[in-house]
Amino acid sequence: MESQNNNQNLTIQLTALVVDDNKVNRKIHQKMLDNVRVKNLGVKNGKEAVDIHCDGRRFDLILMDLDMPIMNGIEATKELRSMGISSMIVGVSSRCTEAEIQKFMEAGLNDYHEKPLNIAKLSSILHMINPNY
Amino acid sequence: MDGIVQLQRQLVDYNASLFHEGFLDDQFNQLQQLQDESNPDFVVEVVTLFFEDADRLLNELTKALGQPSIDFKRLDAHVHQLKGSSSSIGAQRVHRVCISFRNSCEEQNVEGCLKNLQQVKHEYSLVKSKLETLFRMEQQVLAAGGSVSR
Repeated sequence: MESQNNNQNLTIQLTALVVDDNKVNRKIHQKMLDNVRVKNLGVKNGKEAVDIHCDGRRFDLILMDLDMPIMNGIEATKELRSMGISSMIVGVSSRCTEAEIQKFMEAGLNDYHEKPLNIAKLSSILHMINPNY
Repeated sequence: MDGIVQLQRQLVDYNASLFHEGFLDDQFNQLQQLQDESNPDFVVEVVTLFFEDADRLLNELTKALGQPSIDFKRLDAHVHQLKGSSSSIGAQRVHRVCISFRNSCEEQNVEGCLKNLQQVKHEYSLVKSKLETLFRMEQQVLAAGGSVSR
């Protein structure tokens, strides 16, 4: 999403979708995004993430949890990629085994971070989307 | 003015003690840094969500461990949730017990799980009480006309 502040400056507003079944994590991640002026929505499982894209919504960034009921992060990521969604999808999980991270990455993630996210990690993610952010 | 300064000093000391004694870790600092004028009650809101979540999960864990045939997969799922929430708000001691609890679930060690459940209830009860005291002290400072620094 773009808006023009004046003739010289173009202000890019990024958008993000937070996919996490844990209300505490959703609230924290959404507040982090609010504080850096990233417009965001939260959903509580992979199916809701897929459904929102089926409704036509698109996001610059998707923060995808791994363990969720109904549809987990791996299934949701695979589904979104098969739909042609090219958003940056960042896996965020407290799972630490290399095998699980590898499996998650192979589903189509652009990046993976261990939970909890902090302000520094989020900034590095946003910088990957737009170096000027 | 002396009264406010004393209250503020007590608050700073109490806050520091929670980190020193391992109840909280840097993630709690992260939460405090997120709080701003647009959401001045953010930390209280998040911690309240954690309390609600933890109460529910501990109830589920107690029920699950009381069953004649224990569903360790379901048990592990609940512990994983509690581990995640406690880590996200910086409740370090609760988080650590959850790690041990998950190991007991993986080993299908009933005795271990029962012990871990008691431990996590104890640590949760402690951190809940400490955080409620912290928030009460913050309110006292604000009511006295002082400010709470982050």
